[in-house]
Amino acid sequence: MKISVKTLTTLFFILIMVFATGCSNKPTLNVYNWGDYIDPDVIRDFEEEFNVKVNYNTFATNEDMYVSIKKGGASYDVAFPSDYMIERMINEGLLEKIDKEKITNLKHIDDSFLNLEFDPNNDYSVPYMWGTVGIVYNKKMVDDVVDSWDILWNEKYSGQILMLDSQRDSIAVALKKLGYSLNSRDMKELEEAKNELIKQKPLVYAYVGDEVKDLMVGEEAALAVVWSGDAVAMIRENENLDYVIPKEGSNLWFDNMVIPKTCKNKELAHEFINFMQRPEIAARNTEYIGYSTPNYKAIELLPDYIVNSRVAYPTEEDIKDLEIFKDIKDFLKVYDEIWLEIKAQR
Amino acid sequence: MVDRIIKRLYTFFIVLFLYAPILVLIVYSFNDSKYRGSWNGFTLKWYLELLRNFEVRQALEYTLIIAILSAIISTIIGTIAAIGIYGMPVFSKKVVLNLNYLPVLNPDIVTAVSLMTLFRFLRIELGFTTMLLSHITFCIPYVILSILPKLKQMNKHLIEAAMDLGATPLYALIKVVIPEIMPGIITGALIAFTLSIDDFVISFFNSGPSVTNLSITIFSMARTGINPAINALSTLMFISILALLLIINSRSSKSINKKRGELYEN
Amino acid sequence: MKIKWASYPYVLWMIIFIIVPLGLVLLSSLTIGEGVGLGNLGFTLDNFRKFFENEYYVEVLWASVNLALKSTVISLLLGYPMAMIIAREKIEKRNIMVLLIVIPMWMNFLLRTYAWLTLLGKNGFINTIVTKLGFEPLDLIYNDRAVLLGMVYNFLPFMILPIYSVLTKIDNSLIEAAEDLGANKFNVFTKVIFPLSIPGIITGITMVFMPAVSTFVISKLLGGGQYMLIGNLIERQFIEIGDWHFGSAVSIIMMVFILITMAITNKFDVDKEGGGGLW
Repeated sequence: MKISVKTLTTLFFILIMVFATGCSNKPTLNVYNWGDYIDPDVIRDFEEEFNVKVNYNTFATNEDMYVSIKKGGASYDVAFPSDYMIERMINEGLLEKIDKEKITNLKHIDDSFLNLEFDPNNDYSVPYMWGTVGIVYNKKMVDDVVDSWDILWNEKYSGQILMLDSQRDSIAVALKKLGYSLNSRDMKELEEAKNELIKQKPLVYAYVGDEVKDLMVGEEAALAVVWSGDAVAMIRENENLDYVIPKEGSNLWFDNMVIPKTCKNKELAHEFINFMQRPEIAARNTEYIGYSTPNYKAIELLPDYIVNSRVAYPTEEDIKDLEIFKDIKDFLKVYDEIWLEIKAQR
Repeated sequence: MVDRIIKRLYTFFIVLFLYAPILVLIVYSFNDSKYRGSWNGFTLKWYLELLRNFEVRQALEYTLIIAILSAIISTIIGTIAAIGIYGMPVFSKKVVLNLNYLPVLNPDIVTAVSLMTLFRFLRIELGFTTMLLSHITFCIPYVILSILPKLKQMNKHLIEAAMDLGATPLYALIKVVIPEIMPGIITGALIAFTLSIDDFVISFFNSGPSVTNLSITIFSMARTGINPAINALSTLMFISILALLLIINSRSSKSINKKRGELYEN
Repeated sequence: MKIKWASYPYVLWMIIFIIVPLGLVLLSSLTIGEGVGLGNLGFTLDNFRKFFENEYYVEVLWASVNLALKSTVISLLLGYPMAMIIAREKIEKRNIMVLLIVIPMWMNFLLRTYAWLTLLGKNGFINTIVTKLGFEPLDLIYNDRAVLLGMVYNFLPFMILPIYSVLTKIDNSLIEAAEDLGANKFNVFTKVIFPLSIPGIITGITMVFMPAVSTFVISKLLGGGQYMLIGNLIERQFIEIGDWHFGSAVSIIMMVFILITMAITNKFDVDKEGGGGLW
């Protein structure tokens, strides 16, 4: 036994030495992004080109990201929040101003994605991806016409419906079904939306995040509320799937890159953001994850089947009735409570 | 006879129950599809991906470094503490032991949240250090609990004899006590190592952007679809554990087996 | 030889990393506001009031307790016979069987739990067999039963091992004596073996019930986001909502609940060793 103790200790130290030599003192960049939202090779290329180390972390919802930046005691250098969350973070002073001089690739971004309401001068954020929210459904399993949110309340599909495990998005579905704004700050409307979702709960197979792709591709469910980019990725894997933006209207969203106040290496953070909008890099990302890029130079580099996809690049007509999320401010607590009440239902 | 068959069958079903998911992991590590839902044929590409995939490799490295460091440190602190506690008067011994039990008895999530609150309160940024500190904190109690019984079993006259023969207390400690309780120390170190390697909850709350371990990576992947490279990794880990056990089993006989047995008994 | 100073460094460590953190959690559960711990120094019971006045929170607590109890009972029913079978084998075989039970625990538990999705899914392995046999596919995943299965799966070894270890320590002559005195197999079990194995059962129960009641991972992975347990509630407060004060209060409530449960179970444990006497 004594021998094995010695061998074990030596082994430990050898291992430590190996690891210690493995870690070098390169500058590091902490990136905080949505899960499955980047081509990992792009990160590797960035590391090589700038001789740095990227710590890449992921979150599942805007709310997760917000809390860990505000309270988590963790210092992120670049994050990827959506529209309404950017508005909130700007208002709470959680973001650094972006030096637009340094983001030379901003010129490749289509004008329609700049100077949006949540960040009027793009002082704080640079566009990354955009898209819509809709229903992805399996043509083999659904024989009704899918054009309305109502189908998610159709008992025929009980146990085959997937909802998003994200309070803002799911409540928005119910609000839109009822014909209200998805930025509602009206207790009566929200109460109705809550009751709709409670009524729907027995029909729901699961509330999911990105695993929706596994489930829909594997034909475990018939209908799912998804972000358009995921729909693109899913349709690529399973041709029985199709994507629809319901006629009652839906959500149009923008995910931008920001620099949180916790940033320790602003120079490098700017380089990273700029790098992500290099046309060839943006094109690679777009092809890999399936989402839609605001970078028109990148679109020119993409294969036709992506550019011509109405799912990824809807027409003006498709998106004219869509609404963008706004920060609901003090109503966040109300949304929290509603979501909890829905989740706690049996 | 019937009795035997029933026993065999029962054991078979329990073992099947425990191993079914592991078989799934192994099988899917050879699946040529990124998605769980479809089987696209046999491939070895995930094993290659494992070599290439930075995220998984880094998580593995951190998992091992943290496990090794926290096993060593908690074993050292725990051994010294156990010897000290052994010599304490009854009342303070009871108090210390009860406090020592807190992290064992408390749900992981409470320990995790309380440590996170501490680090936040002290304005320590979450990262490698906080993760290591929390791992050491929840490992030490198990080390102590596996050493104390050995101290109790130790023949007290041994030390007296050593001292009578002119050994200083420190010399007696190193030459007599430590070898006597070595099995307990090793068990403790192994438990600490295993606990650390498998931990999710405490790491999840107490690690920052710069470190992740395998569990955290798997948890975040569970939402995005597990990268089958992880399946490949666990297949490799499973095989190495099996191989290790077979080697141990064949090389030594009962004495080690007995000690292994104690690992779970304590 | 007594060198009690040797424990002082650890006592200091315990104060910093065990006692103070729990104190901070208690403090923040008694305050409200934005900060952590001593945010604003007005003590209030609002967080606790919020928990007990809102039926959803209390429901979440009961749901967790209910599931944890069920999983403990099932683990006991499944685990006890297994422990008996192992304990009756010859020593070499015994060790191999114990290893068989333990090896799965060395694989990452998240991954093992996640793998159940593949087995239980609508088009999963089990349902493929069921449909091949000509039955309707079963609803196995994303419900209470799936979470329950996940708990039993993860914690069953913690039930088997302590019971096994107590069973092997039972003096064989006791059983023989009982048999000599004319007890049949059933009586030997109910009058001798079972009572002597109670300490193992109690350890097993604690080791299954406690992690089961506080888990947030199993319910998250197998519950399809629709099963909020008390662990999920705490995780949500700290990770998604950021109300650390309320999260701390829920943690304290859960902790107290568990300590009480354990104090009650331990009442059944007659011979106890050294530590843990407080609970």
